[in-house]
Parts: sequence; structure tokens; C-alpha cells
Amino acid sequence: MAGDRDWWFDEAAGPLIRPYAMTRGRTRPGAPNLNLVTQIRASRNRSDLSQLTPEHQEIVDLCHRPLSVAEIAAYLNVPLVVAKILISDLLELGDVVAGAPFQTSDIVDTKFLQAVLDGIRRI
Amino acid sequence: MSDTGVIPTAVKIVIAGGFGVGKTTMVNSVSEIPPLRTEEVLTEAGVGVDDMAGIEGKETTTVALDFGRITISPRVVLYLFGTPGQNRFWFMWDELAVGALGAVVLVDTRRLDSSFPSIDFFENRDIPFVVAVNRFEGGFPHTDEQVRQALDLDSNVPIVSCDVRDRESSKDVLIALVQYTMDQLAGV
Ligand SMILES: Nc1nc2c(ncn2[C@@H]2O[C@H](COP(=O)(O)OP(=O)(O)O)[C@@H](O)[C@H]2O)c(=O)[nH]1
Ligand SMILES: [Mg+2]
Repeated sequence: MAGDRDWWFDEAAGPLIRPYAMTRGRTRPGAPNLNLVTQIRASRNRSDLSQLTPEHQEIVDLCHRPLSVAEIAAYLNVPLVVAKILISDLLELGDVVAGAPFQTSDIVDTKFLQAVLDGIRRI
Repeated sequence: MSDTGVIPTAVKIVIAGGFGVGKTTMVNSVSEIPPLRTEEVLTEAGVGVDDMAGIEGKETTTVALDFGRITISPRVVLYLFGTPGQNRFWFMWDELAVGALGAVVLVDTRRLDSSFPSIDFFENRDIPFVVAVNRFEGGFPHTDEQVRQALDLDSNVPIVSCDVRDRESSKDVLIALVQYTMDQLAGV
């Protein structure tokens, strides 16, 4: 995990140089539907993880339980756009799976909202 | 947690309001994890960057989002996102609004006008919101009706008073919001 964040603001080096390297030259996520809260989970059958970069491996490790794209970006300390590219790679390899895209029907469902309400009351 | 194969449905609540009104404090009070921060890269024009090709030479800016999480059940997870600064970052607001079951507009009665842009935003998009008055010391004494008038709120928009540093108080705000969202659905 990147400990210092200075690289990000290093104007001399130019922004995004390091994340660009991290994505091995990939510039845009192959999976365009990833958003902040898309849930990502490690697959049970995975490819040879030793072929992956440390960042990819870290994502697979983190996602032994489902995590959002935003959480993954925060834990890796990379901008969202970089996290999305890395996650796209893993989706293509089948090393992680993504939850269904958001549906408006979810949040206009009374039972669903009641579950949310009960959950908030429990914390 | 065992690997049940379930991928939860994720929903958001957006915590909005002017600078320094207590958004991050509220996220911190109710989140089950220490609040996280993530950064989105935007162009100078304030549009999200989803392509890094040739970006090295371009003027970009980053906008930080603070967020927390409440695991409702193995099937449902709720995220709380504080909004970034107003005005320049409407692009991020749009992204935050997708999938939001509702919003909390935090208000400091000493600076009511700083909540106008948030209120306009959610009104224009028909996103249910509650107004939560954060009780800072030295805040002006007021009634809910005075706040409603000053903010020009519809009569059905709930106004709740809170101390965002307190978990129970912050929970009450979220409960008021979800309850209101359900009432709206039921056409109450
Ligand atoms: N006295 C007092 N201070 C508060 C209250 N809520 C927030 N603060 C403080 O106000 C400052 C700004 O809060 P913050 O949550 O960072 O505001 P944000 O810009 O909306 O995220 C922080 O130093 C908080 O500790 C409150 O209810 N009372
Ligand atoms: Mg803040």
C-alpha cells in the first residue's frame, strides 16, 4: 500500500504517472459499469495469482468478503479511476466477481427500506 | 464471515451541507469502520476522468470523498457519503445521487444560506431529503417553522435537530430519513 501520498501531488513528475504505471498502461476500465458502491468479491476459482501485480493481489485479498469499489480505492490509496482499471483486469481474468448494477427498484421497495431502517436501529 | 456466495445490494445515503457543518463528523459517528477517503480525478472543467490516456499533460484536480459503512445484513450494505464542496463539483454530486435512497442536508443556523445549493440539488432531482439542524454552541435559537421558512422548505420535509458528534443523535437523523422515504413511497 502506498504509504505517502506525495507522489500524487508531485507536479514535477506530473500527476498520475505512478498510477499509470500501476495499471501497466491500461488507460480506461474495461468494465464501464463500475461505480462507487459496486460490490466486488474474490472468486473461489482463481487464476494463477503469482502472475498478478501486488496491487491486483491486494484487491483479491481484500475482497475475500464483498467490498465496494470506493473501499478498495481507499484501502489501496489510489484514485478511483485507477482502482476501476485494476478491478476491470481482475473481472476479465475471472478472479473477482461484481454485484449486479444498481436498480431503482431496490430503493422503492418498502420491505427493503424496512430492512435498512431496522439495520440502522441496531447499530 | 463465511463465503456464502451472496453479493450484497449496496445503497447510499448522501450527507450534504456547507463547509464545516459537520458532514464528516456525522459519517464518523455512525460508521462501523473508521471513515475512509477516496479521490476522484476531475478535469479542470469538473468532469470525471475515466480515461487516463494522455492525461499526464492535462490540468486535473482531485476531489476527496469521505465515506463510511453500515452493514445492514449479509444482503444489504449502506454507505454514507459526505458531499465534496459545492459549486465546482456537481459532477461528483450526480454520481453520489445515483442509487441514493435519500439525503441529509445538514444545517448550521448561523449560516443557513450555505445549505441552499444542497437543498436545490435534491429538490430538483426528486431525491427525498431531511434537514438536520446541527446544534453548534452559539447557534441562534429557532423554531422548526423559522428554519422551514428561512429555507423555503415544503411543508412535508422533516426537520430534525441533532448533535452530529453523538451516535444516537446521528442515528435518529438517518432513521427520520428512511422513515420519510418510506412515507413518500406509501404516498403519505
Ligand atoms: N461544537 C461543535 N462542533 C462540531 C459539531 N459538529 C461538528 N463540529 C466540529 O466542526 C468542525 C467541522 O466539522 P466537519 O465534520 O469536518 O465538517 P464538514 O466540512 O461538513 O465535513 C470539526 O472540527 C467538528 O469537530 C457540533 O455539533 N458542535
Ligand atoms: Mg468533511
